[in-house]
Amino acid sequence: MSLKDDLTKLRDDGIAQINQATDVNEITKEIKVNLLGKKGPITQALRGIKDLPVEKRPEVGSYANEIRDEIQNALDAKLKELEDKALEEQLVAEKIDVTLPSTPVAKGHPHVIQSIIDEICDMFMGMGYEVKSGPEVEEDKYNFEMMNLPKDHPARDMQDTFYITKEILMRTQTSPMQARTLEKHDFSKGPLKMISPGVVYRRDTDDPTHSHQFHQVEGIVIDKNITMGDLKGTLEYLLHQLFGNKYDIRLRPSYFPFTEPSVEADVTCFKCDGKGCDVCKHSGWIEVLGAGMVHPNVLKMAGVDADVYGGFAFGLGPDRFAMLKYGVEDIRDFYLNDVRFLSQFN
Amino acid sequence: MKISYNWLKEYIDLDIPADELAEKIERSSVEVDSVIKPSDGLKKIVVGKIVEMENHPDSDHLHICQVDVGEDEPVQIVCGAPNAQVGKNVITALSGARVADNMKIKKSKMRGIQSNGMLCALDEIGYPKDVVPKEWADGIYFLPEDATLGDDVYKYLGMDDALIDLDVTPNRGDMLSIYGTVHDLAAIYNKPAKFDLDKVSETSDKLTSDQIQSDVNDEIAWTYLNRVVNDVEVKPSPLWMQVRLWNAGIKPVNNIVDITNYSMLKFGQPMHAYDLDKLSGKVSVRYANDGEKITTLDENEVELDSNDLVVADDNGPIAMAGVIGGMDSSITADTKNVLFECAIFDPIKVRKMARKHVIHTEASQRFERGVDPMAVEDVLSSASEMAREIANGSVTNDVLVGSKYEAKKAVIEISVARINHVLGMELSAQEVIDIFERLGFEVKATGDDLVVTIPTRRGDIHIQADLIEEVARIYGYDNLPSTLPTTTMTTGGLNEEQQLIRDSRHILEGLGLTHAISYALTTEEKAKMFMMGESAQTDLSYPMSSDHTTLRMNLVSGLLDDIAYNKARKVDNVALYEQGRVFHKDNEDVVKPDEIEHLAGAMTGSLVDNSWNQPAKNVDFFQIKGIVNEYLETIGLNGEISYVSNASYPEMHPGRTADIFVHGHYVGFVGQVHPKIAKQFKINETYVFDLNLQTIIDLPKKEQSYELVSKYPSIKRDIAMLIDKNIENDSIVKVIEKRGGAYLVDVKLFDLYEGEHVPEDKKSLAYSLTFQNKHDTLVDDDVNNVMDKVQRNLEKEFNVEIR
Ligand SMILES: [Zn+2]
Repeated sequence: MSLKDDLTKLRDDGIAQINQATDVNEITKEIKVNLLGKKGPITQALRGIKDLPVEKRPEVGSYANEIRDEIQNALDAKLKELEDKALEEQLVAEKIDVTLPSTPVAKGHPHVIQSIIDEICDMFMGMGYEVKSGPEVEEDKYNFEMMNLPKDHPARDMQDTFYITKEILMRTQTSPMQARTLEKHDFSKGPLKMISPGVVYRRDTDDPTHSHQFHQVEGIVIDKNITMGDLKGTLEYLLHQLFGNKYDIRLRPSYFPFTEPSVEADVTCFKCDGKGCDVCKHSGWIEVLGAGMVHPNVLKMAGVDADVYGGFAFGLGPDRFAMLKYGVEDIRDFYLNDVRFLSQFN
Repeated sequence: MKISYNWLKEYIDLDIPADELAEKIERSSVEVDSVIKPSDGLKKIVVGKIVEMENHPDSDHLHICQVDVGEDEPVQIVCGAPNAQVGKNVITALSGARVADNMKIKKSKMRGIQSNGMLCALDEIGYPKDVVPKEWADGIYFLPEDATLGDDVYKYLGMDDALIDLDVTPNRGDMLSIYGTVHDLAAIYNKPAKFDLDKVSETSDKLTSDQIQSDVNDEIAWTYLNRVVNDVEVKPSPLWMQVRLWNAGIKPVNNIVDITNYSMLKFGQPMHAYDLDKLSGKVSVRYANDGEKITTLDENEVELDSNDLVVADDNGPIAMAGVIGGMDSSITADTKNVLFECAIFDPIKVRKMARKHVIHTEASQRFERGVDPMAVEDVLSSASEMAREIANGSVTNDVLVGSKYEAKKAVIEISVARINHVLGMELSAQEVIDIFERLGFEVKATGDDLVVTIPTRRGDIHIQADLIEEVARIYGYDNLPSTLPTTTMTTGGLNEEQQLIRDSRHILEGLGLTHAISYALTTEEKAKMFMMGESAQTDLSYPMSSDHTTLRMNLVSGLLDDIAYNKARKVDNVALYEQGRVFHKDNEDVVKPDEIEHLAGAMTGSLVDNSWNQPAKNVDFFQIKGIVNEYLETIGLNGEISYVSNASYPEMHPGRTADIFVHGHYVGFVGQVHPKIAKQFKINETYVFDLNLQTIIDLPKKEQSYELVSKYPSIKRDIAMLIDKNIENDSIVKVIEKRGGAYLVDVKLFDLYEGEHVPEDKKSLAYSLTFQNKHDTLVDDDVNNVMDKVQRNLEKEFNVEIR
């Protein structure tokens, strides 16, 4: 047998052995070492070349290299085949029940009233209104007197008030922010367009529909050519944004000492779509806000020329909006902070 | 006020369903609370006549009645009413009837005797007990003798009327009467109001002033008029009048009292009637004397003071003027001679008196809103005429005038252009004039300029804006255009402070805390807890409840209330934050507190629920510290955030509380609520923080910046040590940072061990130090030198044993 025949046999046996292998280790640690290692037959054969006649050496040498490459390729192919197979088995073994519950994540929720306030503010900021907040402990002067509610005004009875002293009180409405901003506004720099959200207080006993603490959002626009039509358009825009376009809105006369004319705005009852139900006291309408054209006395008291400037103001209750929008039946739920209640809103 | 549709129709032609009318009133005048037809829900209640009656054999009070209901055979009904009587027409609920409260009447046996219906009292068919006349309070009601047997009873009792309940705003006192409502409807529907006043026949030959004299303080009673009607027969008033009263929610009493109430409903002018023979001396209108007493018509004794207004005779008060009459001088069955009073009392003074004594009457609510000053005498005469007609009295000559003021009609100048300017409309002068004239206003027009004279019944109209409202509401708000303001451009938006507050909320929500809104008014004790500085408290002068007396000076106690509320409902995992104001005052003398924005959080239980693959981990100091720290980092404060142990908050765990400083400024604290306080609130172990958000708003913020990530590798070295237990991590880190050289970029504690194999007064700490040169590759030698230095200094400063 020539060395060449030896090599050929070596290759055939080696490839057969490789093809039978079933384990990565067997290939890398045994077969590869056995066949291609320093003490392996190919290396030995290559070393044997030096004993051959000079003219035969190149042929046999290149044949040996050829065979080594063939074995190496066979090894690589087998290795890849085995690795692929192993990965496939691993993937099968790794299969999980994807319907098992997810790992819980800590998640906080915004307060529903805050969300409504933010929504209202964003809407008005988009229309160029600035946002202002005022003191919760207010002077009688701003809360009442400058809002055209002098000391003996009967409408004061409509708002039971927490007094701290005779002149200092917990504000009963966000309207004092009308007086405060009017007083400061420089009309030579442009119109006043302001919205003011905040907490207000009434001397009420807490029950499902009354809370001694609740929220209001006040809005006011004053310039030279502001009309009641502008008020109507603004309220319609607001209410359609908040409650949806499919609902009708009606304005009806009302009375607030700080506006004249005064209106209240109603929205079609969402519970019964206007057919009449317990929620809307069978009227088909739900009252959602009060508004009007700013009373000339309010302008005058704040030092604004009521013959030149005028405009509208409105006040609305986010608590009431939230109750209507989500069917919350007890206003106290907003302030007792049961997390099962709070976490329903996003 | 409940307005009777039938009554309205006497004065104006309306032929629309009551619901439609109510909707129109609501869109044009005042709010409507409800529209009720009293007969709604009632069924098979007819006129019956008791034709036979015998006593029940097994009862001492039941009667067996044979009742003729217009059928061939009478109906047998067992009835327990003490006044059941043969020959009377009675309210008969037949078998299958529905009576008040949706109760169904069925055939039944009463103590063995068949009963095929029920004879009804007024309250049994739906009248509230407080409007049922006294004579019918304890028995069945007798219908008129000429009622047709078998007919539904409703038309006889006014139950087929529609009652429109108006919720009248304080400015529209005129709508508290048929008279005012008819005038408004006349304007709304553009139809004439047919309202005639009765002329009085002074049938007596006596002079009023011969029978009574008056002495009136015209500061109290701007107008005070009397008439006398002699020789009246006091008896129940006719049914038609009783129906009008009880449908308006007023109990019929007797014909004289009913006349005063009827006049009030019709004209809006309250009246009072006195028994003239019970008065001594003259009638005076004056302020009460301190301590003077009166027993009112509803049998309450009221003690008066010198701000109260009274009508008095020589013996003392006979009425609280404008509010309620006195018992002693009231009309009784024996009254022969009547003194009618028709007046205008000062609205503010009446309001104060009614409010102070909490006596709100039909009269006081009308005086408070103002009555028509020009109608007083007409109403007095009309009532006297009624007394002549239905009580057979004779009216004396002349009106006794105690005081009388001549009301001036308001005259307002306005241009059509002004009206259009405010409303955003283009009404013609004629359209505007039409509206005013429909309202009964007189208009003098010179082109576009109008001079409008207002009748005194509309005392609410004084200025241009009032007239503009009249145009708007009669023209209809539905017909107003819908536009948006056109002004010069304004930018709007949140300022920095508002943006930071909003960001703060979003950051904390992202970190797992839910926004709570608690009460700002709390108890004195809770207001004063968890204080971040000295402050005097702010109290309400007349709190409504003992739970809400004082303005909070911290946000934490409110959050603990919330946690307690949750715990009481078996919710043990709570993570809340609150953003709101606390109210601080430098000292007691300051009346208006500073309102400081705060941001606080409270956590108990675990932030993340127990689950199949991850056990719940209860919140601890380091978790809430992590949340606060992450918040402070995210909000971008410029400066180092540090935590300094503080054992001095009485409500906090002394060993588990830290003050928080940003760049050396105290911004708040974080820690565990003192177990004693937790127990007091009935809550589990709870961790809280409270931050002065105003300080955070005022502190400088970092500019957003970025540094190139170094491409040179970093080297990590660990150092472990045994150190005295009471030495804080912060001081160790400070030494490491000080000695760590220019390339030290991070120091991280990765192990803390106390217990076995560590002496009792020691702890074992291990830190990982990261070194990096941003501009070159670090060599080991550089780091080794620094590590030696760190080690030496730790040994020197803290006597540590490096391990
Ligand atoms: Zn409804």
